[in-house]
Amino acid sequence: MRKGFSVRHQPGFTAIAIACFALLYLPVVTLVVYAFNSAPSVAAWGGFSLHWFEVALTNSDVIDASVRSFQIATVAATLATVFATMAALATTRTRRYRGQTFIYAFINQPLMVPEIVTAVALLIIVAQLKAVTGYSGLGYLIAAHTAFCIPFAYLPIRARLENMDLSLERAAADLYAKPLYTFRRVTLPLLWPGILGAFMLAFVLSLDDVVITEFVKSGGQDTLPTYMLGQIRRGITPEMNAISTAFLLLSVVIVTLFFVVSRKRT
Amino acid sequence: MTSANDLTTKLEAVDARRRWLLASPALLTIFLAAIGPLFIVLAYSFLTPGDYGDVKWQFSPDAWIGVFFERDIFDDTLSLATAHVDIFWRSVKLALITTVATLFFGFPTAYFMATRNERSRDLWQFLITIPFWTNLLIRTLAILQIIRNEGILNTALIKLGMIQEPIQILFTDTAILIGMVYVYLPLMVLPIYASLERLDFRLVEAGYDLYATRWRVLRKIILPLAKPGIIAGSILVFIPAIGAFVSPSVLGGGKNMMFSNLIELQFGQGRNWPLGSALSITVMIIVMAALLVYARNNSAKDERHA
Repeated sequence: MRKGFSVRHQPGFTAIAIACFALLYLPVVTLVVYAFNSAPSVAAWGGFSLHWFEVALTNSDVIDASVRSFQIATVAATLATVFATMAALATTRTRRYRGQTFIYAFINQPLMVPEIVTAVALLIIVAQLKAVTGYSGLGYLIAAHTAFCIPFAYLPIRARLENMDLSLERAAADLYAKPLYTFRRVTLPLLWPGILGAFMLAFVLSLDDVVITEFVKSGGQDTLPTYMLGQIRRGITPEMNAISTAFLLLSVVIVTLFFVVSRKRT
Repeated sequence: MTSANDLTTKLEAVDARRRWLLASPALLTIFLAAIGPLFIVLAYSFLTPGDYGDVKWQFSPDAWIGVFFERDIFDDTLSLATAHVDIFWRSVKLALITTVATLFFGFPTAYFMATRNERSRDLWQFLITIPFWTNLLIRTLAILQIIRNEGILNTALIKLGMIQEPIQILFTDTAILIGMVYVYLPLMVLPIYASLERLDFRLVEAGYDLYATRWRVLRKIILPLAKPGIIAGSILVFIPAIGAFVSPSVLGGGKNMMFSNLIELQFGQGRNWPLGSALSITVMIIVMAALLVYARNNSAKDERHA
């Protein structure tokens, strides 16, 4: 018998996997290192410096775009999470009812359409609405972001609800708790990690969005990603690396929080 | 007379109505800001372009003709719009290769993750989730800096003496392809991992007991059991890849356009919104066709097994 025969082993798989992880991280790590480069070009290394972070932080366009990104992401993620929670409560833990599959398919529909198509569709609608109502504020972007965040927020909440057993709520009802009270004191605390995870996912998705924002925004409504896209199309500067590094740090913090929250057992 | 049965039916009806109400804000938002606008795109594709963008409300099939044909300015004859056909072909080709390449690299990666012990599995899952959550534009920017002529890749190859002149990768189809495989890889790994994580390795053991080779076990046992994940991953990669906007814009330069760049052009400098709309619907049709083929394949296979 051969020594160390493992049923789980497949030749070459480990090598490919390790290479994949290395290649996934290598470009991003390089980008982060070069953000601390003092040289004025991204080609050569000129020593460690925080110069480009300073440049980015004193650039009012960057600050404006960041603030706008945060405003949109906060409102859109909150709305999407509330709506998705309601929809998840409506579609789980019940006998099948007419239209349940329809609701499910409808909510997941944005996942099945290429982003560019949705972006163009919204561009047309927003152009019409602007002409009719005269309103050209951030509302359009918030509505668009809420819509594409809902399916992503819906899935983790639904998954959590499906694994949640009904007996605690039944017990509360047996003890004459009103439905709303039961929801507040029993269902919601159990569901909380799912809701928090959904919010974070929606927040990051809204913060990251390029395509839909690029097509829907009016003049002077750049978010951080669309501002960066505009700059990159003109040619890359080390400042972009500095902004990207700050952005990356934020994403890593949020993913870590998401992991901690979603691992928590209740 | 109300029997217990009637009462149950009535209660169920009340419950269903309450559930519809509860779902309505989500449904309404998605209808207004995602599904509804698609119908307007369809309508726009049959209208006449306005002089300064937007449309004139006049029926015209020109946009749909313009998707595939060019009208000669002098004698009005139609010829195949080779520029468009090139772009369609590039989009479909690159999206398919991206799907196959992410599967080729993603499956072993997911398998590797699923065969770790439970504690380190969490760590690997965390490591694949970080790129999934980080901004696609930033990851594309990172790739751009690796493959450009003065980038690390070319510098390293020159220093090693393997090449004299930098290889021009940036602004080619290869650059778009590398960028898309890079950014969409986690989308392939995660669903495959989800299906492999639940894999019952006793089945694999049984295969070896019956003298199957590694390759046979992989092909006859592991791959069929991972199929739902592979299909989900392929759909998750193919849909954004065919409509990719960031990768071709940043890595392809002006010449190597994909669907989305052509569409953007019609709504920008081209000022031909109906053509842009018709092109968008064309992308939708390709995606729906791909989804249908998958659904068809799946149900046919399921019947054979049953």
